[in-house]
Amino acid sequence: MKRWIGGLIVAAVVAACAAPGGGLPYQMSGGEIRQPLASGVPDAERGRKILVSREANCILCHAVPETGERFFGNLAPPLSGVGKRSTAAQMRARLVDPLAFNAESIMPAYYRVEGLHRVAEPLRGKPVLSAEQIEDVIAYLLTLQ
Amino acid sequence: MAADARRPDPLKSGIEFSGAEVRALQQDDFSSPAMLWVTRGEKLWSEPAGKSEKSCASCHQDARASMKGVSAKYPKVDPGTAKLTNIEGRINQCRTQHQQAAPLRYDSDELLGLTAYVGLQSRGMPVNVAIDTQNRSNFERGRDMFYTRMGQMNLACTHCHDRNFGRKLLNDTISQGHGNPYPVYRLEWQTMGSLHRRLRACFFGVRAELPPAGSPDLLDLELFLAWRSQGLTVETPGVRK
Ligand code: HEC
Ligand code: HEC
Ligand code: HEC
Repeated sequence: MKRWIGGLIVAAVVAACAAPGGGLPYQMSGGEIRQPLASGVPDAERGRKILVSREANCILCHAVPETGERFFGNLAPPLSGVGKRSTAAQMRARLVDPLAFNAESIMPAYYRVEGLHRVAEPLRGKPVLSAEQIEDVIAYLLTLQ
Repeated sequence: MAADARRPDPLKSGIEFSGAEVRALQQDDFSSPAMLWVTRGEKLWSEPAGKSEKSCASCHQDARASMKGVSAKYPKVDPGTAKLTNIEGRINQCRTQHQQAAPLRYDSDELLGLTAYVGLQSRGMPVNVAIDTQNRSNFERGRDMFYTRMGQMNLACTHCHDRNFGRKLLNDTISQGHGNPYPVYRLEWQTMGSLHRRLRACFFGVRAELPPAGSPDLLDLELFLAWRSQGLTVETPGVRK
């Protein structure tokens, strides 16, 4: 979506970003990222393990009883049934940058690396999850029907 | 980003978010593990140290009188150095200047003991820091840090301690993030720890760079937290999960 304003091309709504960590570039549009971030075959079981891992720690905030874990936070809605509510494209956009949905969100961006402050030195410039891991997590979320 | 500073409403001490076991320990000096550090601090109070061979008591006599209400007013700008100083810093200043002794390491049992012993003399008194021309810039830096997202998790203190207190982060109930019971005995640490140690744990949690204990960043935050907790009373020495 491009508009002419005083001779300048302004790209609105579509944000195209070079991907961090060597993944594929992505385009967010209308709350969706349609193209997978990685080309491999995603694996839902790997996704489940990532979801409960220290790195992603989705269960700090979300209850996901289907994972078989015992403790869950309640800062966010349970993810049960999320595979019915949303598409892979919507989940991908959410994981890449939750602030695109809600500027006040407390959910960390799992793939965006710009605009962060005081990041611990070894993590600087690195996304929380790799492109492949994001796709695995999405594959798992889609099983939550 | 520098939002207007505000206090949580209703203001609640962290002990109100703690489980029954922790509350019982904090409320009973005979079973509180934190009292072991107080006892240690009380003993150190009258032990001569350094080249001066003076003890704290040589100059300050009975802490129960001379230290009453002192910690409730900290952190404070020291008139000598013109720097924001907390109780730990002030004690170390007395160690080096007045006792001619080596400063005590942050979070050492000795410094925790003295800090807890001095803090106990304000227990039950209202937290009472005044923001004035001397400490306003410290206050503003602390305030801005509190409301600014940081770390790989991109969260600010306010996201957890203003908007989500009472909710669960995995299996921890989030409190309003007040400093009024510190230093505390934390069951998870199996030892006593300073407020700065606790703050570093929150920085670690959001995967941010850890400011050193005693650093200007943490002192500024400590001042903002004290302002924000006005209306609560000092609960030193606390107990936490
Ligand atoms: C620090 C808390 C936090 C963490 C950690 C977190 N989220 Fe969220 N998440 C939220 C909140 C809060 C919302 C509600 C929307 C909003 O406020 O942004 C949300 C919304 C969502 C949604 C949309 C909800 C729905 O029902 O459609 C999905 C999907 C989601 N999160 C997945 C994840 C996954 C997967 C992870 C781990 C990789 C994760 N979240 C980690 C806080 C968190
Ligand atoms: C040689 C005397 C001397 C010794 C020994 C000494 N102090 Fe002090 N202390 C002072 C002076 C002088 C002040 C500054 C008084 C003031 O600012 O009103 C002070 C101030 C303090 C304060 C801040 C009081 C306030 O109202 O802000 C604390 C806390 C304190 N000392 C603790 C200690 C402790 C603990 C020890 C032992 C480790 C100790 N002092 C040893 C002389 C001493
Ligand atoms: C992701 C959520 C989160 C963020 C962000 C966070 N904290 Fe915490 N904080 C906690 C949890 C969980 C605890 C332990 C339970 C409790 O006491 O709240 C805690 C404890 C505390 C305590 C001790 C409270 C007590 O009564 O013992 C203080 C003070 C505190 N935090 C201050 C801060 C400050 C200042 C920041 C910003 C630099 C911050 N926190 C950021 C989750 C967070």
